[in-house]
Amino acid sequence: MTMSTSPHAGKFRTKLACIGAGVLVLAVALYLILPIIALFFRTTPDLFFETLRDPAVISALTLSLTTSIISLVIVILVGTPFAYLHCRNQYPGKVIVDTIIDLPLVLPPAVAGFALLVLYGRMGLIGKYASLFGITFAFTTLAVIMAQIFVASPFYLRQAKSLFDQLDPAYEMTARTLGASPFRVFARVVVPLTAGGLVSGAVMTFGRALGEFGATIMFAGNMPGVSQTMPLAVYVNLNGDFNVGLTIAILLVLISFAIMIAVRLLATREVPHA
Amino acid sequence: MLEATIQKALRDFTLDLSLRVDDGSVLALMGENGAGKSTTLNIIAGLLVPDSGTIRFNGTVVFDEKAGINIPVEDRRIGYVFQRSAVFPHMTVEDNVAFGLRARGCDPALVKNKVSRWLDCLNISSLAPVKAAGLSGGQKQRVALARALATEPALLMLDEPFGGLDMESTRSVKDAIRQCITDLKIPCILVTHHWEDAMDVGDRVSTIQKGRITREGELGDWEFSQHAT
Repeated sequence: MTMSTSPHAGKFRTKLACIGAGVLVLAVALYLILPIIALFFRTTPDLFFETLRDPAVISALTLSLTTSIISLVIVILVGTPFAYLHCRNQYPGKVIVDTIIDLPLVLPPAVAGFALLVLYGRMGLIGKYASLFGITFAFTTLAVIMAQIFVASPFYLRQAKSLFDQLDPAYEMTARTLGASPFRVFARVVVPLTAGGLVSGAVMTFGRALGEFGATIMFAGNMPGVSQTMPLAVYVNLNGDFNVGLTIAILLVLISFAIMIAVRLLATREVPHA
Repeated sequence: MLEATIQKALRDFTLDLSLRVDDGSVLALMGENGAGKSTTLNIIAGLLVPDSGTIRFNGTVVFDEKAGINIPVEDRRIGYVFQRSAVFPHMTVEDNVAFGLRARGCDPALVKNKVSRWLDCLNISSLAPVKAAGLSGGQKQRVALARALATEPALLMLDEPFGGLDMESTRSVKDAIRQCITDLKIPCILVTHHWEDAMDVGDRVSTIQKGRITREGELGDWEFSQHAT
């Protein structure tokens, strides 16, 4: 049996496939963007800017930005040398450490917060000894930072590990033969050559820290000015001042957009090859 | 002068060889891929640690397994140029050449002086302010050579430095290497696959197979066509 198709039938099928693909793309895009657009339709520019001056908004915004920046600085300062040493050395249990780094990505944030509470809470394994010295972790601003670091650091660590693995070892070997100490090689060669990707990872980490909700509410609570970050303020104001919640939600959307644009711009910078 | 006796167990064979390179002389080390050429260079540089043996530069021991001496790579005064020139793309040509001098804590005036001298010597003065990322292959190899020589190394090692270069660049880089070795009177090891490179730059040739030197001698002793690898 032979099969034959007329040119018209072929064209029709191509057209149909194009329409099908278009509908699919439109459906996915609309599903993702419609809830975001809905937020903007529930307010007006005047109301938005007026609510921005509300003390509850300012308090949540200040707390979120401050804690997220502190978390990010700690993740960069500790995470960059950690990821580098991890990539460049073989040691027993390296595979396990790799898995531990990724664990917070799949762990439900509420579980992460609960685990932090079990360890650092007043009756926790470490917390009960720390409280003997008057040190309290749970339900403080410090707890917000600890929760953010726990949940957001894998974004930076994974990116840093990937960049250091990709970097041609010839750069480091050359720098060593030229007389540079391992620290100088790291600071003057490795970090500058991977800077674009590291900044991209840092931006993603900042975004994740800023949006942290589950671990924070479990471990740090929900106290205005102490632990009520922007996502928590959105949640609380669902049944309180709706405009405050809406304004903070829109702020978070705008910051998220800025983060995604920054990541896209920085992601174009590749690790150079020797 | 370089004197090295090296033993190191590798995955497929044991590297077991002795090398001696006189000042102002170029030893062309030839062999197939995986024969142990680059591993030998990495051991001499201090990037890999041999299981046993001794390595001496001008009588100074930089490695002696029995005596427990293993001078770190950054203190061995080696000039090492890789096939992939590994010129730092985020730095200017000038900063690339100055890198080793600054790492060794040289006075800024001395750094400037030496950088200028080596840029002149390798005919790349006009490239001094250019970011290294935009250089051609030949230019990168010249920068890598200037950078290696600026630190006044006790030994120069070149690992297939002509790979990926066009004929004109290869010729000019070869001339520059020959001139520098003659001027500085330092020993040099050139790892290459090509007899032509060995003939143009080398004084002596050693062939290496599965970690052992199979033949060595003056370049004139070799019959070109019979031993081409």
